[in-house]
Amino acid sequence: MSAVSLPPVNPFAHKPSRTQALEKFVLGAFRAATYFILLCGLVVFADIIIKGVPTVVNGFKTTAQFPYVTNTFLFTAPESLYVFEHQGQAMEMGDKDYRAFREAAEAEAVAAGQPAPKFKATSYVYSAGGIWPCIVGTVLLVIGSMSIALVLGVCSAIFLNEYAKDGPVVRFIRLAILNLAGVPSIVFGLFGFGMFVIFCVWNVSLMAGWFTLAFMVLPVVITASEESLKAVPKGFREGSLALGATKWQTIRKNVLPYALPGILTSSILGIARVAGETAPIMFTAAYVVRDKLPWDVEKVGDFFFQGVMALPYHIYVVSSKIPQNEYTARVQYGTAFVFLAIVGLIATASILLRNNLRGRYKW
Amino acid sequence: METSTPSTSAAPAPTSAATPASRAFAVPVRSTDTVQAANLIEIENFDFYYGAKQALFDINLKLDDKRVTAFIGPSGCGKSTLLRCLNRMNDLIDGTSVKRGKVTVRGIDINSRDVDPIELRKRVGMVFQKSNPFPKSIYENVVYGLRIQGETNKARLDEVVEKSLRGAALWDEVKDRLHESGLGLSGGQQQRLCIARTIAVSPEIILMDEPCSALDPIATAKVEELIHDLKKEYTIIIVTHSMQQAARCSDKTAFFYMGKLVEYADTRTIFMNPANPQTEAYVSGRFG
Repeated sequence: MSAVSLPPVNPFAHKPSRTQALEKFVLGAFRAATYFILLCGLVVFADIIIKGVPTVVNGFKTTAQFPYVTNTFLFTAPESLYVFEHQGQAMEMGDKDYRAFREAAEAEAVAAGQPAPKFKATSYVYSAGGIWPCIVGTVLLVIGSMSIALVLGVCSAIFLNEYAKDGPVVRFIRLAILNLAGVPSIVFGLFGFGMFVIFCVWNVSLMAGWFTLAFMVLPVVITASEESLKAVPKGFREGSLALGATKWQTIRKNVLPYALPGILTSSILGIARVAGETAPIMFTAAYVVRDKLPWDVEKVGDFFFQGVMALPYHIYVVSSKIPQNEYTARVQYGTAFVFLAIVGLIATASILLRNNLRGRYKW
Repeated sequence: METSTPSTSAAPAPTSAATPASRAFAVPVRSTDTVQAANLIEIENFDFYYGAKQALFDINLKLDDKRVTAFIGPSGCGKSTLLRCLNRMNDLIDGTSVKRGKVTVRGIDINSRDVDPIELRKRVGMVFQKSNPFPKSIYENVVYGLRIQGETNKARLDEVVEKSLRGAALWDEVKDRLHESGLGLSGGQQQRLCIARTIAVSPEIILMDEPCSALDPIATAKVEELIHDLKKEYTIIIVTHSMQQAARCSDKTAFFYMGKLVEYADTRTIFMNPANPQTEAYVSGRFG
């Protein structure tokens, strides 16, 4: 120990260097990339919501019958929009209203002994009325195809994970399933068209759409179901078998219930995909326009073999097949907004269900 | 209604015999020591393979009815494998095979074609090293085996739950929360719940694969006490790494090394004056 006491040197002090500058730069770049993505997402969502919400909100009308309120955008079929000038006033109305208005005006003119008024109207298809048949069609497509995909997918996942002995065959099947996930959706559409529409002679129908969409989400459902089954501890299976349960009893009572939350999580991803795909249903299930609702069928069997309107296909039609202007933008953005909202709702419901199940089984 | 089993009758009396100086523990004298028991399980010239790797070599063993037999030996010596052969749990592992010899329970070869492993496992229960209560209520855990056998009578199920939980010395601790999750119990209680679940299907034989290896000393003592009570009704075979445990609970002990049965005798003999020098080395703690 020396008598002179030096101030203690801080060995951990910052030493400015190029490395440190690089660290800061890299962090900044990563952060910027993340916020850029967030910004893009926000802009897209905000655009659709801001422009789409008024369409839905303006659709609210009071009625004389029981619910006393209805929404013409959500709950009516699409119509053509007529834009015309009448007695110096710019007017716009849907197909039915326009005809009624014209007849009334002509009758009025005849009664007054005047020449019939001339109507010069510009029409925009699908720009009036609502999207009710599309909502119905999309919900039907989602329910049907997810049911098929879940049943097929869970069965196959149980077989692959619980029963099949690991070997070249099983590995090949897994590889094939994974490859299926990478197939472009338009190819699935063509497959469905060739297989179900033409070969099975189901025509353009709900059935064809269900199976096409189901095959498209199957890889997701199978892979995720297998993961969920793998996550169930081996001890549960052994414990159950040691009590004299058969394999299927063990799976049904002591494996599947615990794997279900995970399987449902995978189906949430599937729902968003099924609801959003346009290409697979273009050839197999979707009509551009159909005035009958799906339940207006003579026989119950016909229900499965009719085409439907669907939201994603409707968005495709209204945004690419009709002119872009102030009259058509309403229905374009409104449809997109409703579509987003429906997918969001279905996903929220599934997440709630999953959380509920997850709370029941914990280990 | 007895509330707690008096442990004094079941617990071993302290030994009077001198213990070799190399032993840190004593082997108690038991009332059953002098009574000859019938053979329940016979293992003859038994060879067992995991794929191409031989795990058990020519095992010959006769296990007593209504007694506790301990399998001891260093890790990887095949004791757990042999235990799992007794209720054919090894069937679940791909590539396992019995190449030679047989295991008979009451004279029936359990590996023969006309034995259903499901029926076998109803008679030969198993408690695992890691307690594995199902993520269900305590009640549902206990009645699991009965439910899969198709029992739906509520009164009968209630009766079995109480009887099994009493049998596993768990009733007093859980009777007020039968419908809470079995996973909310402590480690020792979970293991006793697994024992209750096993005895609920009234097996003849209970296999225990290191049942106390994950438990603290107090929970271990409770499970050991339970083993003493259970042997009145069940034949128990226990695999353990703890020589003290084998000495405390078992009537007979088998020492395995490298897939071979080295020595099988009364627990006293194995721990006090083993015939084989390898056994002597193992029980005195010089290896393993």
